[in-house]
Amino acid sequence: MKALHALPVIKTLASVKGSIAAAYLLLLIVGAVFAPWLSPYPYDQQDLTIMNQPPSMTHLMGTDEFGRDVLSRLITGARTSLSVSVTAISVSVLSGLILGAVCGYFGGTFDRVVMIAVDLTWSFPEILIALMLVAIIGPGLQGVVLAIAIAYLAQFTRLTRTQVMVLKGETFVEATVNLGAGHTHILFAHLLPNVLAPVLVAAMLATGDAIILEATLGFFGLGAQPPTPSWGAMMSSGTAQLFIAPWVILLPGLAVALTVIFLNLFGDAIIAALDIRTKLREA
Amino acid sequence: MSDLLSVDHLSRRFTNAGLFQKRQVFHAVSDVSFTLARGQILGVVGESGCGKSTLARLILRLIQPSEGSVWFDGIDMASLSRADLRRLRQRMQLVFQDPYSAIDPRYRVRDALLEPFKVQGVKLKSADATVASLLEMVGLNPALTHSYPHQLSGGQKQRIGIARALALNPSLVVLDEPTASLDVSVQAQIIALLNRLRESLGLTYLFISHDLGLVRYFCDKILVMYLGRIVEIMPSDALPAHPYTRALLDSTFEPDPRQRRTIARLSGEIPSGYNPPPGCAFAARCPRVSGLCRTTLPPLQPLTDRHQAACHHPLAGEARPETVQQIDTRLSAVP
Repeated sequence: MKALHALPVIKTLASVKGSIAAAYLLLLIVGAVFAPWLSPYPYDQQDLTIMNQPPSMTHLMGTDEFGRDVLSRLITGARTSLSVSVTAISVSVLSGLILGAVCGYFGGTFDRVVMIAVDLTWSFPEILIALMLVAIIGPGLQGVVLAIAIAYLAQFTRLTRTQVMVLKGETFVEATVNLGAGHTHILFAHLLPNVLAPVLVAAMLATGDAIILEATLGFFGLGAQPPTPSWGAMMSSGTAQLFIAPWVILLPGLAVALTVIFLNLFGDAIIAALDIRTKLREA
Repeated sequence: MSDLLSVDHLSRRFTNAGLFQKRQVFHAVSDVSFTLARGQILGVVGESGCGKSTLARLILRLIQPSEGSVWFDGIDMASLSRADLRRLRQRMQLVFQDPYSAIDPRYRVRDALLEPFKVQGVKLKSADATVASLLEMVGLNPALTHSYPHQLSGGQKQRIGIARALALNPSLVVLDEPTASLDVSVQAQIIALLNRLRESLGLTYLFISHDLGLVRYFCDKILVMYLGRIVEIMPSDALPAHPYTRALLDSTFEPDPRQRRTIARLSGEIPSGYNPPPGCAFAARCPRVSGLCRTTLPPLQPLTDRHQAACHHPLAGEARPETVQQIDTRLSAVP
């Protein structure tokens, strides 16, 4: 019976998509966590005698315009990209869960006001909100985290609210009310646990988008400030020598693309695994 | 004998207030009064949409009445504070029509059965022993303790629903069509289980159903509803006086083909609860209708001391006396 509950995890990892994506993501996370030990050179060590060198045995991914090792900067940049997007999405998910649950469960004027505010943020492209917020707060990682968190808040609030509204009408919730349960018990013991799975899958997919948004802001010079590497900032500095040293822009670009693709594939695999489970439940 | 439950002129209207729609009022339950004595089984019968389930939820105060009052064991439910109402809920429980959605899909049997104690803040000496005794009480294998709802059959889930309702040792159990979504053989088992539990635990049942045959077999007293109103209150062995009850009785399924009769089927539909007719709601479908029925609402009038009907032209002694006996033999044949 335990095995049945663990089934989605197994199914996710057993699928081709899921296993490849999981392997890549694991590699990325390990790289980001152990960056200072894994990178062959310090990420900010300049050596102007070896500027813009193509990949070689000493510098596996070449060097940039200051002679810094691109591989080291890529690994350290993974730290920035992952921590910023994961922190931002976590903040967004947490606020979205709370706001959505309260709105969906209690409804009323509070719900209407919050929904208008949330829909307002939804009517702008994410990048526009992010640019606006960073312009107000000033460039830096805190600004980027906040901007991404607000840009995706609408999605999680709406998702939670809709799910809570549907679940609220379920017979098992009425049964719990009839047992004499209060709002807190119903929200925390029944509604939120049932909302969590779809929200977490949505969060996984949004993390991919957040990485792109972080890279975009970094590219505009609004994210991590030099010398802290981030994939977006690396690409930005690489544009200048696009034709002399294309690896400086292409490699971080590839890192962004691969990470987003694999995050989406992993999300897809989880969704597929969860669908199988709902089928099992109906059978 | 004191009445456990007393319902007094209970009404509930729902207002449909869309942004661009005309405000509409739906009369779900209108002017319902009855009493239920301790240890009795009261059956509530009627077609879908006649307000049976709304009545159940009004009695349990899961929804608020528009008018009227419910007295439970001498307590006016409306007078209770939120906290007192939550505490009183353990004495009145509900078993649901759809066992498939009545248990949280993430809850194991054990969690579902322990939830009542958790909610009411009851400390248990041994949670395992409590779960085991509850499962045994409803005739389930204790091995199911760690199962998820999706691993159980409909009948098993309904037994879990009953066990959960009885966990806090209630006085009144409202059964909202507890057998409607189950197979016929499982239905009979659940009815037998409910009967046994009532005897051993001294429960009082309010049994909601659309099957008049089943209600006549199972209940002491029958309350027939039509479009939110009571049309007849009668002892279960009495012959129906209201033409609607008679039509319901005629429509009960007869397993023996030689015993089948040509049924005078009702034509037409129930009038809308948004716009109830001024007279008797059944007038449009009634074979005994007169002009009076269309203009004047018939009040619930006593025919004998235990029998009341809301009809201008009640039937007298025209039912088939063999019916009850037949249902009795049909149902008692099942263990």
